[in-house]
Amino acid sequence: MLAKILNIILLLIVPFLMIGIIRKTKAFWGARYGASIFQPFYDFVKLMKKDTIFSNSTTILFKIAPVISFVCVVFASLFTPMIMGQSIINIQGGLIFFAYALGLSKFISILAAMETASSFEGMGSSREACFTTIIEPAFFIVIASIMALCKVYTFDSLNQIIVSSGSLGILIIIFAILCLSIMLITEGARVPVDDPATHLELTMIHEVMILDNCSQELAIITYSAAAKMFLISSLIATIILPLNLGLWASLGAFLGVMVLISIIIGTIESAIARFRMSHVFEFVFVMSSLALVATSLVALKLYGV
Amino acid sequence: MNYYTMKNNQRINLLDIPTVEFESLRAQLMATNLRPIAFFGADWGENIKLFVALADDEKGDILVTSSLIHKSITEYESITKENPQYHMFEREFYEQFGIKPLNHPWLKPVRKNLDDYEFFEMQGDETHQVAVGPIHAGVIEPGHFRFNCQGEKVYNLEIMLGYQHRGAEDLMLKNPSNQLAESICGDSVVAYSTAYSQLIEALGETKITPRAAIIRRIALEMERIAIHIGDMGAILGDIAYLMGKETFAVTRTLVINTMLEVSGSRFIRGLTTVGGVNFDINQNMSDKIISTLDYVKKTVDKMTSAALNSSTVISRLEKTGNISLETAQELNMVGLMARSCGLTIDSRFDFEDEYYKGIERKPFKATNDAYSRFRIRYKEVKESIRIVKELLKKLSKTRNQALFTNPNCLISNSFAVSIVEGWRGEVIHIATTDESGKISRYKIKDPSFNNWWGLSMAVRNNGISDFPLCNKGFDLSYCGFDL
Repeated sequence: MLAKILNIILLLIVPFLMIGIIRKTKAFWGARYGASIFQPFYDFVKLMKKDTIFSNSTTILFKIAPVISFVCVVFASLFTPMIMGQSIINIQGGLIFFAYALGLSKFISILAAMETASSFEGMGSSREACFTTIIEPAFFIVIASIMALCKVYTFDSLNQIIVSSGSLGILIIIFAILCLSIMLITEGARVPVDDPATHLELTMIHEVMILDNCSQELAIITYSAAAKMFLISSLIATIILPLNLGLWASLGAFLGVMVLISIIIGTIESAIARFRMSHVFEFVFVMSSLALVATSLVALKLYGV
Repeated sequence: MNYYTMKNNQRINLLDIPTVEFESLRAQLMATNLRPIAFFGADWGENIKLFVALADDEKGDILVTSSLIHKSITEYESITKENPQYHMFEREFYEQFGIKPLNHPWLKPVRKNLDDYEFFEMQGDETHQVAVGPIHAGVIEPGHFRFNCQGEKVYNLEIMLGYQHRGAEDLMLKNPSNQLAESICGDSVVAYSTAYSQLIEALGETKITPRAAIIRRIALEMERIAIHIGDMGAILGDIAYLMGKETFAVTRTLVINTMLEVSGSRFIRGLTTVGGVNFDINQNMSDKIISTLDYVKKTVDKMTSAALNSSTVISRLEKTGNISLETAQELNMVGLMARSCGLTIDSRFDFEDEYYKGIERKPFKATNDAYSRFRIRYKEVKESIRIVKELLKKLSKTRNQALFTNPNCLISNSFAVSIVEGWRGEVIHIATTDESGKISRYKIKDPSFNNWWGLSMAVRNNGISDFPLCNKGFDLSYCGFDL
């Protein structure tokens, strides 16, 4: 029970901190002091205090979209394993709920972006939709094959890979983590897929879709985006961390993984340039290949050569 | 050939310029393959006098000719349709004097009447139009970009400028001053101020001391170094290569802060004045500049080699925004961008300048893409650092010379051209004086005037998300174009 309550608290705090740590890491590599890692909190509070302006060309859909999107992310988080691999709701098929809650959130935000009738947001939507179409099947392939391997059809399967497949499991874990990392970078709109720091509308993907949002709506959207990144990171943490750590050690280890992931993302962002848009699609497509390799490994284990 | 051949910064009598019938002028311009550097009208009583200046880069000559067009004439056969180099010039001439070039392929507003601008439109499946600006997300000047795209691919980009048209040429008649010249294009302060000063000095046949001339050139090179390094950082910033962006931004600051110590302004405002310069560079300062530049060179070398060894940077820069040598020539591109396409125009060396004599011009292997635009800046930064050191050496031999010479009054009925190679390319100022020795026509041409069209061609068939990178590589001036 305590683990589940902690999960909720983590969901509220860690996404902000991850963004803060990523920015701090980038500042470090750029030889700057950078803002405090709590800056995303302050930004959130600042945005919540502001007045909202809606574009004249939008309808009710644009107004409710951020909320729906936010609710979807919260729903998805209920099914996501965090501390000690426990999720708040653990049912068979949680995977499908997780994936499509996030899918719905994206669908709604794309609709809202199209509604503004801005040519930028149309382009951003088309790019984002394209990524999702590539990521979704790959995500299913990799997680479902892990489930098939462990014969457990909940997210619990993620930390039973070694138990059910022995040394081959290490390979499967590596490929699964690679897959999730690509998904993390893409969904989180980080370099080299997207550049969250850019001001150039024409090159943006995620950022351009929220050009017309401000105040509370923007605050919620920013939080949802960070939370999405946090959820995918939680899946990675669940794969890596052992179950038998005990509550507080598990909490520490979980936070450690989150910090580590943020630092890695920040370092990647500092060290390499962003891909050309056409190469981004190729990069995201790599996830499918990796997922298929993971599936083949699972098939190798289950059915032999 | 009916031209008057003159040099850069030379005063000639207006009467010496041949005046030919427009038809024969047109034939004359068709017959030559020299590039036009000016094509502008001036109010001439009942007529409009059309001045044309061509540059002979090999000999370092400027060829001038003119034609009188009676004000009752409203149209003429355009030159552009046969020689695209005159494209922008004819549009500008039409806008300023209302004489219509017939069969001009692209007769749209240049700076005025922007409401009448008719954009091209593309129709069909998956085609869409993207309008960017005039207010942009970054801290940049106003300009409108209209893309016609199919999916992510750009078919055509139209650039509409003129939002900052201040009437700089007319202001120059009313109240000519270095301050005004410096404000025309705020990132080429030295180039503009020097061009203006040299022009006024030429019109009065004022000779300035070598010391003043050398200090001007040092400032010009320092401006080039600073802006080039800043742009290298900006190019890398656009492709989200954080380290390069930050490092170059820091390095650029070192250069402009050095100039702050010399002239009291980071953008070197107030240094150049008609008759000389306002501030000296003494031995101490000279040593300081050299040690700063040594450090700058080391940092730039290191960062550039790190950036160009990064596969992600190369993959983003290479083959982005290609523009062929032929296109560059056809469009009459000048300066830095022309050199990044393989042309060798550089007015510092092309036109006679005793202070640049003996400085070797190294060849550049152009690849005509964003990569080329990054490397040309790196090459020129290194070159300029070398030039500054040479100039400082020459400066130390002129220790006792005055910085300022009282300028003479302007000589009546004169014509002079002043070309200065700013960091972006040749900044051209041309003026004529009337009987009383007052300036009667002042013409300014920024290199951006030629090169904006190149940007438009460079993004064709590229991804629309590559536009910012191309734009940054060109880094053209909005206010220099708008005047």
